[in-house]
Amino acid sequence: MTLEPREHAPLWLVVLAPVAAVAASLVLCSVLILWTGQPVLNAYRLLLGGAFGSTFGIAETLTRATPLILTGLAAAVAFRAKFWNIGAEGQLYCGALAATWIGTGMVALPPVLMIPLLFVAGAVAGGLALLVPVFLKTRLKVDEVVTTLLLNFVILLLVNFLLEGPWKDPMSMGWPQAAPIVDEGVLPVLLAKSRLHMGLLVGLAAALLVWAAMRWSVWGYEIRAVGLNPQAATFAGISVNLTMLRVAMISGGLAGMAGVGEVAGLKGYLTLDLSPGFGYAGIAVAMLAALHPLGVILSAVFLAGIYVGADSMSRAVNIPTYIADVLVASSVLAVLVSLMFVRFRVRWR
Amino acid sequence: MTLEIRGVTKRFGALVANDAISLSVAQGEVLALLGENGAGKTTLMNILFGHYTADAGEVLVDGAALPPGDTRAAIAAGVGMVHQHFALADNMTVLENITLGTESLWSWRSDAAAARRRIRAMADAYGLAVDPDRRVDELSIGEKQRVEILKALYRHARILILDEPTSVLTPQEADRLFETLRAMTAEGLSVIFISHKLHEILAISDRVTVLRRGAVVGTVATAEADRESLAEMMVGHKVARPRVEHLEPGRPVVELAGVTVTGTGGARLLDGVTLAVREREIVGLAGVAGNGQSALAALLSGTLTPEAGDVRIDGETIERFSARDFIARRVGRIPEDRHATGVVGDMTVWENLIAEQLREPPFWRWGRIIDFAACKAYARRLVEQFDIRGAGIDGTTRLLSGGNMQKLILARTLDRVPRFILASQPIRGLDEGAIAAVHQRLLDAKREGAAVLVISEDLDEILGIADRVVVIHGGRVSAPLDVGAVDARRLGLMMAGDLGHGEGAHRRGVGA
Repeated sequence: MTLEPREHAPLWLVVLAPVAAVAASLVLCSVLILWTGQPVLNAYRLLLGGAFGSTFGIAETLTRATPLILTGLAAAVAFRAKFWNIGAEGQLYCGALAATWIGTGMVALPPVLMIPLLFVAGAVAGGLALLVPVFLKTRLKVDEVVTTLLLNFVILLLVNFLLEGPWKDPMSMGWPQAAPIVDEGVLPVLLAKSRLHMGLLVGLAAALLVWAAMRWSVWGYEIRAVGLNPQAATFAGISVNLTMLRVAMISGGLAGMAGVGEVAGLKGYLTLDLSPGFGYAGIAVAMLAALHPLGVILSAVFLAGIYVGADSMSRAVNIPTYIADVLVASSVLAVLVSLMFVRFRVRWR
Repeated sequence: MTLEIRGVTKRFGALVANDAISLSVAQGEVLALLGENGAGKTTLMNILFGHYTADAGEVLVDGAALPPGDTRAAIAAGVGMVHQHFALADNMTVLENITLGTESLWSWRSDAAAARRRIRAMADAYGLAVDPDRRVDELSIGEKQRVEILKALYRHARILILDEPTSVLTPQEADRLFETLRAMTAEGLSVIFISHKLHEILAISDRVTVLRRGAVVGTVATAEADRESLAEMMVGHKVARPRVEHLEPGRPVVELAGVTVTGTGGARLLDGVTLAVREREIVGLAGVAGNGQSALAALLSGTLTPEAGDVRIDGETIERFSARDFIARRVGRIPEDRHATGVVGDMTVWENLIAEQLREPPFWRWGRIIDFAACKAYARRLVEQFDIRGAGIDGTTRLLSGGNMQKLILARTLDRVPRFILASQPIRGLDEGAIAAVHQRLLDAKREGAAVLVISEDLDEILGIADRVVVIHGGRVSAPLDVGAVDARRLGLMMAGDLGHGEGAHRRGVGA
């Protein structure tokens, strides 16, 4: 068996590959479901129904998808430039810290100014969190995988310190949580009687903007060129270091905005469990979307649907919610394999 | 021991890389396989060696068909291959590289002493002098090639395939290789010698099989062939070499004075280089690969800053080295490695054509939005003007052939009417037609007033196109010599390190 690179991938293959990959991962996971003694099709029906079968389910799925879109974009932009930002989780918390700092009484502004200010502050904070890794990478060639990954724990411990100490809300009855975001800073709810908030619109707008910028702007051109061939980009006069800095600021900024959405839109105040790993899941979202900014929306909704659906499935039948993690992980692996089939043709002999 | 290829056909999609090719090699014979790049030589050899499976046809060794697509079977049948790009582990010794994979994984210990004896014996027999206990990264290119040949012989190869073996050698080293090949054929080994250099083929081979566009054009006895007839068979028509006219040079455009560059590890890549290139002249920089050419090219591309010395362009001393600044000063750069440095292969042709001008209007409008219409109109004009074929402006650049990729780089460089052109290995890997096109463009630019520096390992190229020649060795350059006053033999001695052999009137810049 050998692999030969394709010159042109047909469109049907490009579309079919991720669909087939997801189908393959469902088949693989059915073995685990059978193990629990439950009928497979019923379990998947419950999962699908829980995620998309009702207005409530859809609202929950989209709520869950909101931070995933932004962290997915953060990973997609960075990975396009081959800047391996594994620190979206920490940058998300930096955004949440900035929103908490400004949004809990530091300034008093009407919502039309307050909400944009929180997002801008969160984006700046998320970007700044990448300043040291990008500096270490461009000046000293320190691997950003290590620095961004480890910074996650540093930032999480900082949040822990603030919530147990100076920022602890005296009204929280001893729980480690910060004071609530002021009313002017709380994101409006999109759908009555749901938790779906304006952060979704921010995420969708960000995806559109990132897609357009990658396609039409000089910056997007430079980011793609640097990611595909930094040596040729340098030769053509593109500054790789400056592009890396830009990518880092955009990537960190997107992740920071995810944190703002969770604090000001969903929870209302900063806690240590603000994110159940949205930063890491963003990497899976980006990989599932093959780093395409608009594809990130779809894959974020898909991932969110699996998590929400698995919750509801486990309530209905006796299957642990961990099946969601297995499903997501096997989907990512299957998509990576399917992308190989898009790029290469398999020759059997 | 004989080898026969019968009716081998290989298609890649719509492309027929090999079209019913048949050829044979007799025992003790050197068969040259001649053809332009893309004629299907390498594909054929990969089929022979089992890297590819042919769609039709078969390979016979001593009358027995080799199982298709089985490299081990090819090795077991006595076929050995020396690739153009060496496949050696740099951090291991010569002995380890040669014996790698020949011993059973279950054997208790490796018999290094016996292996060393065998390698020494083979090296003596064929003039392949190399110390088995040295690390490969300490070896010169010529020595590495000898290790590759020893590797094949150690596996009892009786038919040796050499893919463009002389491209990395000085003329003297090439002569030495030829002696080795003669010693081997005298012992009854057979050699397939792949090349597009006519004089080498005439020097070493017994018969020549010429390929064109995937098919065999003919096989001739070397004794009955000459340069012109072979070139015509290879290209399909008479090749008109561009005519060089010597013009009166103008003011110096690029001047280097005492330029020194130190690499990682403290090695001097460039050592006090002094050099000037004037308007309306082509200076050729000759040298064996790895003697500082890459550093000089990077320096003159603006991607490397020297530690000491002055670089002046049009009389202005360069303070900050950046590719962008060099582009703005109308320095046209043709990089050594098209794929790695010249283009972003996975981007489109038009995106690569505007790569150096993207920061200037009219290619973007307000807010740094790329003006697709302007870019594509510009790209369409260049594709037409420079005859870039193989992909449209929206096609992926990776799919272009080497010659067309080079035309793309020339197009974006020359359209800006550069004051100075740095052409680094401009014809490496190109076929005769593309070579003539590239050289014609450089000569045209020279006539229009550009100063041109051609860096090349191919002496024929330098002697054919340059007005003056400079030799680089160990990071030092010789004094410039008029091209009429030198020949390949003398340049070969200078390339081997005797820079003073030029003994020009002005020895400025000669450190030796």
